[in-house]
Amino acid sequence: MKLKSLAVLALVFGSAMAHADKLSAPDHPKWKAECGSCHIAFPPQLLTKSDWQQVMGGLDKHFGTNAALDAKDAQEILDYLQRYAGTGSKYSAPSLKISDTPWFTREHREVSARAWSDPAVKSRSNCTACHVNAERGDWSERGIRMPAGLSGERDDD
Amino acid sequence: MIARNTCIALLLLAGAGQVLAETPAALTSGYAAEAAKSTPGFAPSAQRGQGFVSKDWGVSGKMASCTTCHGANLKADGKHVITGKSIAPLSPAVNPERFTSLAKAEKWFKRNCTEVVGRECTAAEKADFIQFVTRGG
Ligand code: HEC
Ligand code: HEC
Ligand code: HEC
Repeated sequence: MKLKSLAVLALVFGSAMAHADKLSAPDHPKWKAECGSCHIAFPPQLLTKSDWQQVMGGLDKHFGTNAALDAKDAQEILDYLQRYAGTGSKYSAPSLKISDTPWFTREHREVSARAWSDPAVKSRSNCTACHVNAERGDWSERGIRMPAGLSGERDDD
Repeated sequence: MIARNTCIALLLLAGAGQVLAETPAALTSGYAAEAAKSTPGFAPSAQRGQGFVSKDWGVSGKMASCTTCHGANLKADGKHVITGKSIAPLSPAVNPERFTSLAKAEKWFKRNCTEVVGRECTAAEKADFIQFVTRGG
Protein backbone atom coordinates (compact mmCIF):
# COMPACT_ATOMS: atom_id res chain seq x y z
CA MET A 1 0.00 0.00 0.00
CA LYS A 2 1.30 3.43 -0.91
CA LEU A 3 1.91 6.09 1.68
CA LYS A 4 -0.58 8.29 -0.19
CA SER A 5 -3.37 5.95 0.77
CA LEU A 6 -1.89 5.74 4.25
CA ALA A 7 -2.10 9.51 4.39
CA VAL A 8 -5.80 9.30 3.50
CA LEU A 9 -6.25 6.77 6.29
CA ALA A 10 -4.44 9.07 8.67
CA LEU A 11 -6.76 11.91 7.69
CA VAL A 12 -9.83 9.75 8.09
CA PHE A 13 -8.82 8.57 11.52
CA GLY A 14 -7.15 11.85 12.43
CA SER A 15 -5.92 10.33 15.67
CA ALA A 16 -2.50 9.38 14.36
CA MET A 17 -1.51 13.00 13.81
CA ALA A 18 -2.87 14.01 17.17
CA HIS A 19 -0.82 11.25 18.69
CA ALA A 20 2.43 12.47 17.19
CA ASP A 21 1.97 15.79 19.04
CA LYS A 22 1.65 13.97 22.32
CA LEU A 23 5.11 12.46 21.91
CA SER A 24 6.81 15.66 22.99
CA ALA A 25 7.91 16.06 26.61
CA PRO A 26 10.07 18.75 28.20
CA ASP A 27 13.72 18.20 27.41
CA HIS A 28 15.80 16.25 29.90
CA PRO A 29 19.52 16.50 29.02
CA LYS A 30 20.62 13.52 31.09
CA TRP A 31 17.97 11.25 29.58
CA LYS A 32 18.87 12.46 26.10
CA ALA A 33 22.60 11.90 26.63
CA GLU A 34 22.35 8.53 28.38
CA CYS A 35 19.47 6.99 26.46
CA GLY A 36 20.20 8.66 23.13
CA SER A 37 23.75 7.46 22.47
CA CYS A 38 23.25 3.94 21.07
CA HIS A 39 19.83 4.67 19.57
CA ILE A 40 17.53 7.69 19.62
CA ALA A 41 16.09 8.50 23.02
CA PHE A 42 12.72 6.75 22.67
CA PRO A 43 9.73 8.89 23.75
CA PRO A 44 8.62 8.15 27.35
CA GLN A 45 4.97 7.97 26.21
CA LEU A 46 5.55 4.74 24.29
CA LEU A 47 5.90 2.39 27.28
CA THR A 48 4.03 2.10 30.56
CA LYS A 49 5.43 3.04 33.98
CA SER A 50 5.94 -0.56 34.92
CA ASP A 51 7.71 -1.39 31.63
CA TRP A 52 10.08 1.56 32.11
CA GLN A 53 10.79 0.37 35.63
CA GLN A 54 11.81 -3.02 34.26
CA VAL A 55 13.91 -1.49 31.48
CA MET A 56 15.74 0.72 33.98
CA GLY A 57 16.14 -2.15 36.43
CA GLY A 58 17.98 -4.31 33.90
CA LEU A 59 20.38 -1.91 32.18
CA ASP A 60 23.36 -4.20 32.74
CA LYS A 61 21.67 -6.72 30.43
CA HIS A 62 19.94 -4.33 28.06
CA PHE A 63 18.74 -6.08 24.90
CA GLY A 64 22.01 -7.94 24.57
CA THR A 65 24.26 -5.07 25.57
CA ASN A 66 25.53 -3.35 28.70
CA ALA A 67 23.98 0.08 29.30
CA ALA A 68 24.53 0.25 33.05
CA LEU A 69 24.31 3.64 34.79
CA ASP A 70 25.09 4.71 38.32
CA ALA A 71 22.10 4.46 40.64
CA LYS A 72 21.53 8.20 40.98
CA ASP A 73 21.36 8.85 37.22
CA ALA A 74 19.21 5.77 36.69
CA GLN A 75 16.70 6.95 39.30
CA GLU A 76 16.56 10.46 37.86
CA ILE A 77 15.90 9.09 34.37
CA LEU A 78 13.32 6.60 35.62
CA ASP A 79 11.44 9.44 37.35
CA TYR A 80 11.37 11.37 34.08
CA LEU A 81 10.26 8.38 32.00
CA GLN A 82 7.50 7.51 34.46
CA ARG A 83 6.23 11.08 34.66
CA TYR A 84 5.39 10.99 30.94
CA ALA A 85 4.80 7.26 30.53
CA GLY A 86 1.91 5.86 28.49
CA THR A 87 -1.05 4.13 30.12
CA GLY A 88 -2.81 0.95 29.13
CA SER A 89 -1.79 -2.41 27.76
CA LYS A 90 -1.35 -1.10 24.23
CA TYR A 91 1.84 0.58 25.42
CA SER A 92 3.22 -2.54 27.03
CA ALA A 93 5.04 -5.64 25.79
CA PRO A 94 6.55 -8.61 27.65
CA SER A 95 9.79 -8.07 25.67
CA LEU A 96 9.86 -4.44 26.95
CA LYS A 97 10.28 -3.33 23.35
CA ILE A 98 8.23 -0.40 22.09
CA SER A 99 8.37 -2.10 18.70
CA ASP A 100 6.50 -5.12 20.14
CA THR A 101 3.64 -3.19 21.74
CA PRO A 102 0.12 -3.41 20.31
CA TRP A 103 0.27 0.35 19.70
CA PHE A 104 3.37 -0.01 17.52
CA THR A 105 2.04 -2.99 15.60
CA ARG A 106 -1.18 -1.16 14.82
CA GLU A 107 0.52 2.09 13.85
CA HIS A 108 2.87 0.22 11.52
CA ARG A 109 0.47 -2.38 10.10
CA GLU A 110 1.02 -1.07 6.56
CA VAL A 111 4.81 -1.40 6.71
CA SER A 112 5.89 -4.43 4.66
CA ALA A 113 8.14 -7.24 5.87
CA ARG A 114 10.59 -6.18 3.16
CA ALA A 115 10.80 -2.69 4.62
CA TRP A 116 11.61 -4.04 8.09
CA SER A 117 14.39 -6.26 6.80
CA ASP A 118 15.88 -3.64 4.46
CA PRO A 119 19.61 -3.16 5.21
CA ALA A 120 19.02 0.57 5.66
CA VAL A 121 16.49 -0.19 8.41
CA LYS A 122 18.16 -3.25 10.01
CA SER A 123 16.01 -3.12 13.12
CA ARG A 124 12.51 -1.97 14.06
CA SER A 125 14.18 -0.01 16.83
CA ASN A 126 15.93 2.11 14.19
CA CYS A 127 13.07 4.62 14.11
CA THR A 128 15.12 7.31 12.34
CA ALA A 129 15.62 5.09 9.28
CA CYS A 130 12.07 6.17 8.34
CA HIS A 131 11.17 8.96 10.79
CA VAL A 132 13.99 11.17 9.62
CA ASN A 133 13.23 14.09 11.98
CA ALA A 134 12.48 12.00 15.07
CA GLU A 135 15.65 13.07 16.83
CA ARG A 136 14.20 16.58 16.86
CA GLY A 137 10.96 15.23 18.28
CA ASP A 138 9.10 15.31 14.94
CA TRP A 139 7.22 12.02 14.46
CA SER A 140 4.65 13.45 12.09
CA GLU A 141 3.62 11.57 8.99
CA ARG A 142 5.20 14.30 6.85
CA GLY A 143 8.57 13.43 8.33
CA ILE A 144 8.48 9.81 7.15
CA ARG A 145 10.79 8.79 4.30
CA MET A 146 10.87 5.11 3.45
CA PRO A 147 14.32 3.78 2.44
CA ALA A 148 14.84 3.97 -1.33
CA GLY A 149 13.12 1.40 -3.50
CA LEU A 150 10.57 0.23 -0.93
CA SER A 151 6.84 0.11 -1.27
CA GLY A 152 5.38 2.87 0.81
CA GLU A 153 7.97 5.22 -0.58
CA ARG A 154 6.60 8.65 -0.67
CA ASP A 155 6.50 10.93 -3.71
CA ASP A 156 8.00 14.31 -2.99
CA ASP A 157 5.22 16.75 -2.57
CA MET B 1 62.18 4.03 51.18
CA ILE B 2 60.13 6.80 52.72
CA ALA B 3 61.46 9.17 50.07
CA ARG B 4 60.49 6.74 47.35
CA ASN B 5 56.92 6.39 48.63
CA THR B 6 56.57 10.14 48.89
CA CYS B 7 57.83 10.42 45.38
CA ILE B 8 55.21 7.96 44.11
CA ALA B 9 52.50 9.72 46.08
CA LEU B 10 53.52 13.02 44.51
CA LEU B 11 53.46 11.47 41.05
CA LEU B 12 49.99 10.10 41.71
CA LEU B 13 48.81 13.48 42.94
CA ALA B 14 50.26 15.10 39.84
CA GLY B 15 48.54 12.47 37.73
CA ALA B 16 45.22 13.05 39.45
CA GLY B 17 45.61 16.80 39.02
CA GLN B 18 46.14 16.39 35.30
CA VAL B 19 43.15 14.09 34.99
CA LEU B 20 41.03 16.78 36.60
CA ALA B 21 41.88 19.13 33.71
CA GLU B 22 40.06 16.63 31.43
CA THR B 23 41.66 17.14 28.05
CA PRO B 24 42.68 14.24 25.78
CA ALA B 25 46.34 14.78 26.75
CA ALA B 26 45.50 14.87 30.45
CA LEU B 27 43.41 11.71 30.23
CA THR B 28 46.28 9.97 28.41
CA SER B 29 48.88 10.96 30.99
CA GLY B 30 46.54 10.04 33.84
CA TYR B 31 46.13 6.54 32.43
CA ALA B 32 49.86 6.37 31.61
CA ALA B 33 50.75 7.25 35.20
CA GLU B 34 48.49 4.48 36.43
CA ALA B 35 50.00 2.00 33.95
CA ALA B 36 53.49 2.96 35.07
CA LYS B 37 52.66 1.63 38.53
CA SER B 38 52.77 -1.94 37.26
CA THR B 39 54.97 -1.31 34.21
CA PRO B 40 57.74 1.08 35.28
CA GLY B 41 58.70 3.42 32.46
CA PHE B 42 55.43 2.91 30.59
CA ALA B 43 54.93 5.41 27.77
CA PRO B 44 51.75 5.55 25.66
CA SER B 45 52.16 4.30 22.09
CA ALA B 46 49.95 5.30 19.15
CA GLN B 47 51.23 2.25 17.28
CA ARG B 48 50.07 -0.16 20.00
CA GLY B 49 46.82 1.81 20.12
CA GLN B 50 46.28 1.26 16.43
CA GLY B 51 46.73 -2.49 16.84
CA PHE B 52 44.31 -2.48 19.75
CA VAL B 53 41.60 -0.53 17.91
CA SER B 54 41.54 -2.75 14.84
CA LYS B 55 42.14 -6.10 16.56
CA ASP B 56 39.45 -8.72 16.08
CA TRP B 57 39.10 -10.04 19.63
CA GLY B 58 36.92 -12.98 18.69
CA VAL B 59 34.85 -12.54 21.86
CA SER B 60 31.57 -11.13 20.60
CA GLY B 61 30.08 -12.38 17.36
CA LYS B 62 28.53 -9.05 16.44
CA MET B 63 31.03 -6.69 18.02
CA ALA B 64 34.39 -8.10 16.94
CA SER B 65 36.47 -4.93 17.30
CA CYS B 66 36.32 -1.26 18.23
CA THR B 67 36.08 -0.41 14.53
CA THR B 68 32.87 -2.47 14.22
CA CYS B 69 30.98 0.59 15.49
CA HIS B 70 33.51 3.41 15.36
CA GLY B 71 34.65 2.63 11.80
CA ALA B 72 38.16 2.26 10.41
CA ASN B 73 38.47 6.02 9.91
CA LEU B 74 38.19 7.60 13.34
CA LYS B 75 37.79 11.06 11.82
CA ALA B 76 34.52 9.96 10.18
CA ASP B 77 31.14 9.02 11.65
CA GLY B 78 30.74 5.47 12.89
CA LYS B 79 27.56 3.40 12.95
CA HIS B 80 26.20 1.31 15.82
CA VAL B 81 26.30 -2.24 14.52
CA ILE B 82 23.00 -3.28 16.13
CA THR B 83 20.82 -0.19 16.12
CA GLY B 84 22.25 1.48 12.98
CA LYS B 85 22.54 4.83 14.79
CA SER B 86 25.27 7.13 13.59
CA ILE B 87 28.12 7.73 16.09
CA ALA B 88 30.06 11.01 16.00
CA PRO B 89 33.81 10.67 15.15
CA LEU B 90 36.14 9.63 17.99
CA SER B 91 38.99 11.85 16.82
CA PRO B 92 39.28 15.05 18.91
CA ALA B 93 40.74 16.73 15.81
CA VAL B 94 37.29 16.76 14.21
CA ASN B 95 35.15 16.29 17.34
CA PRO B 96 36.47 18.55 20.13
CA GLU B 97 34.05 17.07 22.68
CA ARG B 98 35.95 13.79 22.72
CA PHE B 99 37.96 12.83 25.82
CA THR B 100 37.00 15.96 27.72
CA SER B 101 35.28 14.05 30.52
CA LEU B 102 37.02 11.30 32.45
CA ALA B 103 33.66 10.02 33.71
CA LYS B 104 32.32 9.69 30.17
CA ALA B 105 35.48 8.00 28.88
CA GLU B 106 35.45 5.59 31.84
CA LYS B 107 31.79 4.72 31.33
CA TRP B 108 32.29 3.86 27.65
CA PHE B 109 35.60 2.06 28.14
CA LYS B 110 33.86 -0.11 30.69
CA ARG B 111 30.87 -0.90 28.46
CA ASN B 112 32.71 -1.30 25.16
CA CYS B 113 35.73 -3.17 26.48
CA THR B 114 33.54 -5.66 28.35
CA GLU B 115 31.56 -6.21 25.17
CA VAL B 116 34.42 -6.38 22.65
CA VAL B 117 37.47 -7.52 24.64
CA GLY B 118 35.53 -9.59 27.16
CA ARG B 119 37.02 -7.78 30.16
CA GLU B 120 37.71 -4.23 31.29
CA CYS B 121 40.60 -2.52 29.50
CA THR B 122 43.82 -1.86 31.38
CA ALA B 123 45.10 1.64 32.02
CA ALA B 124 47.87 0.94 29.50
CA GLU B 125 45.37 0.02 26.79
CA LYS B 126 43.33 3.13 27.50
CA ALA B 127 46.44 5.36 27.32
CA ASP B 128 47.50 3.77 24.01
CA PHE B 129 43.96 4.04 22.65
CA ILE B 130 43.60 7.76 23.33
CA GLN B 131 47.16 8.38 22.13
CA PHE B 132 46.33 6.72 18.80
CA VAL B 133 42.93 8.36 18.42
CA THR B 134 44.45 11.78 19.16
CA ARG B 135 47.71 11.51 17.24
CA GLY B 136 47.20 8.89 14.61
CA GLY B 137 43.46 8.40 14.19
C1 HEC C 1 25.23 0.86 25.22
C2 HEC C 1 24.19 1.10 24.25
C3 HEC C 1 22.80 1.47 24.77
C4 HEC C 1 22.46 2.44 25.69
C5 HEC C 1 23.39 3.39 26.43
C6 HEC C 1 21.00 2.39 25.81
N1 HEC C 1 20.50 1.44 24.98
FE1 HEC C 1 18.52 0.98 24.73
N2 HEC C 1 19.04 -0.45 23.35
C7 HEC C 1 20.33 -0.77 22.97
C8 HEC C 1 20.27 -1.86 22.00
C9 HEC C 1 21.50 -2.51 21.34
C10 HEC C 1 18.92 -2.16 21.81
C11 HEC C 1 18.33 -3.24 20.91
C12 HEC C 1 18.05 -2.63 19.58
C13 HEC C 1 17.61 -3.66 18.56
O1 HEC C 1 17.21 -4.77 18.92
O2 HEC C 1 17.68 -3.32 17.37
C14 HEC C 1 18.16 -1.24 22.67
C15 HEC C 1 16.78 -1.20 22.75
C16 HEC C 1 16.04 -0.38 23.59
C17 HEC C 1 14.59 -0.39 23.69
C18 HEC C 1 13.64 -1.22 22.85
C19 HEC C 1 13.55 -0.62 21.46
C20 HEC C 1 12.40 -1.16 20.66
O3 HEC C 1 12.62 -1.82 19.65
O4 HEC C 1 11.26 -0.90 21.02
C21 HEC C 1 14.24 0.53 24.66
C22 HEC C 1 12.84 0.87 25.11
C23 HEC C 1 15.48 1.10 25.16
N3 HEC C 1 16.55 0.54 24.48
C24 HEC C 1 15.55 2.06 26.15
C25 HEC C 1 16.74 2.63 26.61
C26 HEC C 1 16.80 3.59 27.69
C27 HEC C 1 15.62 4.11 28.48
C28 HEC C 1 18.13 3.92 27.84
C29 HEC C 1 18.75 4.89 28.84
C30 HEC C 1 18.67 4.51 30.22
C31 HEC C 1 18.89 3.14 26.86
N4 HEC C 1 18.00 2.37 26.14
C32 HEC C 1 20.28 3.20 26.69
C33 HEC C 1 21.48 -0.18 23.40
C34 HEC C 1 21.56 0.84 24.34
C1 HEC D 1 10.50 0.96 8.11
C2 HEC D 1 10.16 2.33 8.42
C3 HEC D 1 9.73 2.68 9.85
C4 HEC D 1 10.41 2.42 11.03
C5 HEC D 1 11.77 1.74 11.21
C6 HEC D 1 9.60 2.96 12.10
N1 HEC D 1 8.46 3.52 11.58
FE1 HEC D 1 7.03 4.52 12.62
N2 HEC D 1 5.93 4.71 10.93
C7 HEC D 1 6.29 4.28 9.66
C8 HEC D 1 5.17 4.42 8.76
C9 HEC D 1 5.17 4.08 7.27
C10 HEC D 1 4.11 4.95 9.55
C11 HEC D 1 2.67 5.18 9.11
C12 HEC D 1 2.40 6.61 8.81
C13 HEC D 1 0.91 6.86 8.82
O1 HEC D 1 0.12 5.94 8.77
O2 HEC D 1 0.56 8.02 8.94
C14 HEC D 1 4.63 5.14 10.89
C15 HEC D 1 3.91 5.70 11.94
C16 HEC D 1 4.44 6.04 13.17
C17 HEC D 1 3.84 6.93 14.14
C18 HEC D 1 2.56 7.72 13.94
C19 HEC D 1 2.92 8.98 13.20
C20 HEC D 1 1.74 9.76 12.69
O3 HEC D 1 1.68 10.93 12.95
O4 HEC D 1 0.93 9.15 12.02
C21 HEC D 1 4.67 6.98 15.21
C22 HEC D 1 4.51 7.84 16.47
C23 HEC D 1 5.79 6.10 14.94
N3 HEC D 1 5.62 5.56 13.68
C24 HEC D 1 6.82 5.83 15.81
C25 HEC D 1 7.87 4.96 15.54
C26 HEC D 1 8.87 4.56 16.50
C27 HEC D 1 8.91 5.01 17.97
C28 HEC D 1 9.76 3.75 15.85
C29 HEC D 1 10.99 3.06 16.41
C30 HEC D 1 10.81 2.30 17.66
C31 HEC D 1 9.29 3.64 14.46
N4 HEC D 1 8.14 4.37 14.32
C32 HEC D 1 9.94 2.92 13.46
C33 HEC D 1 7.52 3.78 9.32
C34 HEC D 1 8.50 3.36 10.21
C1 HEC E 1 28.52 -1.73 19.75
C2 HEC E 1 29.08 -0.51 19.23
C3 HEC E 1 30.44 -0.06 19.80
C4 HEC E 1 31.63 -0.76 19.83
C5 HEC E 1 31.90 -2.15 19.27
C6 HEC E 1 32.60 0.11 20.46
N1 HEC E 1 32.00 1.30 20.80
FE1 HEC E 1 32.91 2.86 21.76
N2 HEC E 1 31.16 3.90 21.72
C7 HEC E 1 29.97 3.45 21.20
C8 HEC E 1 28.92 4.44 21.44
C9 HEC E 1 27.46 4.32 21.04
C10 HEC E 1 29.55 5.50 22.14
C11 HEC E 1 28.89 6.77 22.69
C12 HEC E 1 28.33 7.65 21.65
C13 HEC E 1 29.07 8.92 21.51
O1 HEC E 1 29.71 9.38 22.47
O2 HEC E 1 28.99 9.48 20.40
C14 HEC E 1 30.95 5.14 22.28
C15 HEC E 1 31.90 5.95 22.92
C16 HEC E 1 33.18 5.56 23.22
C17 HEC E 1 34.11 6.32 24.02
C18 HEC E 1 33.84 7.68 24.66
C19 HEC E 1 34.71 8.76 24.02
C20 HEC E 1 34.49 10.12 24.63
O3 HEC E 1 35.18 10.48 25.56
O4 HEC E 1 33.60 10.84 24.14
C21 HEC E 1 35.26 5.57 24.14
C22 HEC E 1 36.49 5.92 24.92
C23 HEC E 1 35.04 4.35 23.38
N3 HEC E 1 33.77 4.37 22.82
C24 HEC E 1 35.98 3.35 23.25
C25 HEC E 1 35.76 2.15 22.58
C26 HEC E 1 36.74 1.07 22.52
C27 HEC E 1 38.11 1.10 23.17
C28 HEC E 1 36.18 0.07 21.79
C29 HEC E 1 36.76 -1.30 21.47
C30 HEC E 1 37.29 -2.06 22.61
C31 HEC E 1 34.83 0.51 21.42
N4 HEC E 1 34.62 1.77 21.92
C32 HEC E 1 33.91 -0.25 20.69
C33 HEC E 1 29.75 2.26 20.55
C34 HEC E 1 30.69 1.25 20.40
